[in-house]
Amino acid sequence: MSDYGFDTLAIHAGAAPDPTTGARATPIYQTTSFVFDDTGHAASLFDLQAFGNIYTRITNPTTAVLEERVATLEGGVAALATASGHAAQLVAFHTLMQPGDHFVAARQLYGGSITQFGVSFQKFDWHVDWADVTDPASIKAAIGPKTKALFIESIANPGGLVTDITAIADIAHEAGIPLIVDNTLASPYLCKPLSHGADIVLHSATKFLGGHGNSMGGIIVDGGKFNWSASDKYPSLSQPNDGYHGMKLHETFGEIAFAIACRVIGLRDLGPAISPMNAFMIITGIETLHLRMPRHCENALKVAEHLKAHDAVSWVSYAGLADDPSHDLMKKYSPKGAGSVFTFGVKGGYDAGVKLANNVNLLSLLANVGDTRSLIIHPSSTTHRQLTEEQQKAAGAGPDVVRLSVGLEDAADIIADLDQALSA
Amino acid sequence: MRSSKSATQHGKTGETQPMTNLDYSPALLSRVLKETKTIALVGASPDWRKASHIVMKYMLSKGYDVTPVNPRTTNDEILGKNVVASLADIEHPIDMVDVFRNSEAAGPITDEAITIDAKTVWMQLGVINQAAAARAEAVGLTVIMDRCPKVEYSRLSGEGGWMGLPSNIITSKRNQRL
Repeated sequence: MSDYGFDTLAIHAGAAPDPTTGARATPIYQTTSFVFDDTGHAASLFDLQAFGNIYTRITNPTTAVLEERVATLEGGVAALATASGHAAQLVAFHTLMQPGDHFVAARQLYGGSITQFGVSFQKFDWHVDWADVTDPASIKAAIGPKTKALFIESIANPGGLVTDITAIADIAHEAGIPLIVDNTLASPYLCKPLSHGADIVLHSATKFLGGHGNSMGGIIVDGGKFNWSASDKYPSLSQPNDGYHGMKLHETFGEIAFAIACRVIGLRDLGPAISPMNAFMIITGIETLHLRMPRHCENALKVAEHLKAHDAVSWVSYAGLADDPSHDLMKKYSPKGAGSVFTFGVKGGYDAGVKLANNVNLLSLLANVGDTRSLIIHPSSTTHRQLTEEQQKAAGAGPDVVRLSVGLEDAADIIADLDQALSA
Repeated sequence: MRSSKSATQHGKTGETQPMTNLDYSPALLSRVLKETKTIALVGASPDWRKASHIVMKYMLSKGYDVTPVNPRTTNDEILGKNVVASLADIEHPIDMVDVFRNSEAAGPITDEAITIDAKTVWMQLGVINQAAAARAEAVGLTVIMDRCPKVEYSRLSGEGGWMGLPSNIITSKRNQRL
C-alpha cells in the first residue's frame, strides 16, 4: 500500500492530471458512452477480458476517481459508486442473495434501511431478521441455513452508538458469511471497518464524504478477503455466469470478484449509476474530509455536553460522552471522535419533540445528515413515521427522540439556537 | 487473474495466506512490465473463457510477444501464436515466464526458466513457491509471486482505476503511469 498519509490520499488518491489536457482538477466526463478502437476491442470489453469504458451506467472516468479514492481511504481492493446509499445496498445484496435467501441486520439502523430491507426487499423474496447490535449473541442466534450476510452500521443512525465490529465479524466468519458495514456516519477518517474484520463497506456518500448536502451518491467497497467459493452460498460469484458466457467471476477475478460482480451485474442490469457531476462534487467534498470531521466531532461534543446539562432534556445518547454506554467501543473503533449524528430525549415526549423541531431558526429541519449545516429531525414524526411505535423504540427513534447532525457553524450559535427553541 | 487450479487454495474465510516478501512496489512491477518484451505463458488455454487465455489476449493487445506453452492441448495455435510443449522448445529469447500452473508445478518451471535465461519468473495469483523463488533470485532473476500481470498492468496504467481498483500512485505529473 501507499506510504502517503490519510490527508494526502483524501486529496490525491485516484486522481492525476488529465492525460489529454493536463487539467489538474478531475474533469467531469459528462458523456453516456465511449468509442471502441474496433469491434475486437469492444468484444474484449463486453467479455470482461480487458478493463475499459463502455457506457456510463457501468463505468465513467470521473466516477472512477471517486471509486479509487474511497477504496484507498477504506483500505479495500476495489470500489464502485452508485446513485445513492440505498442503491449501494440494493446492488450489494443483489450480488449476495438468491430468492428465498435471508440476512441478519442490526435493528439499530437508519429508518430508510429498515424499510428497504423489511418491506421492499420482500418483493425479491429476500428476508431480514433484526438483532440487537449491542448483544452479539442475538445476532448469532438469528443466523440460519439461508443466511447470506450480516449487516450493521459502524456508528448507528440515529442513536449514535458504536458497534463492536470485530465481535460481529467473528460471528459472521464462523458461519461462513460476510459482514457488511455501513460506514456512513463514521467515514474512513474516523473508522475503517475492513481493518477490524468487515468484508464489505457501504456508504451513503451523500453524507460526510460529500459533506455539503448537495449531491446524492453511494459506494460499495470490497475488502477482498472473503472466499466466495468456499461454499455454494454465493452462486453469482462462484458459479458459471449466464450473462458472461459461463465465466466464474470469483475464479476469474480473485480478490476483486465481489466489486466486479456488483458492477458488471448489479450496475449493468439494475442501472442505478451515479451521475459524473455528482461524483465530481463528492470527490471535491472528500478533499476536505480530514478537516471537516474533526470539527464535526468537536462541535457535536460541545452540543452534547450542553444538552446533557439542559433542564428540558431527559437524556443524551452520544458515544463521545465519557459516561455513554458506547464510549469504550468508540475509543476502540472511532478514537478520533464519535461523529456528529446523535440523539437526545426531550421532556414532554412527542409533542415537545415536534415543538423543538418547529422552533429552530439556525438548524434546518430536514431528512439528511452529514452536511456543513446543522440539521435536526424528529424521527417519529418524519424519517421513522412508517414504523410502529414499537419498531421506533427498537430503532432508537421513540416519540421523545430528537436527532441532530451537528454542522460546522460556531458551536455557540448552534447551542444558542437549540436553547431558544427548547424554551420557546 | 487467478489460475483456476489455484482457486481452491484461497484461504478459509477471514484467513489470509501466509506471505513473506510478497509486497512488491509499484516501481518494481513497472520496471518488469516495461523491460519485458517477450513472454512465455505456461498453462495457456485455448478456451477463451479461461483466465490464462484472457491474460494472454490482454498481454498481446499491449504489444507483448506471448508464446503459449502447453504440452497437453491439441491446438497448434492459441490466439494465432504457435503452441510449444515446453520452455526448451522456444527458439527466441524469453524475458518473462508467466506461470499459470499450481504452486508445486511452479518449481520445475522456474528451473526451466533459469535454464533458458529468462529475466523474470512471474507466478499467477495463488501461486507461491518460495524455494523456487530463492533458486531463481540466487542467479539474478526477478521473481513475482501471487500476482497477475494483467491486473498489475491495468492498475499501473490507470485502466484498473476505471473499475475502482486503487493504483497506489500519487503524482502531479501528466502521463506518469505505465
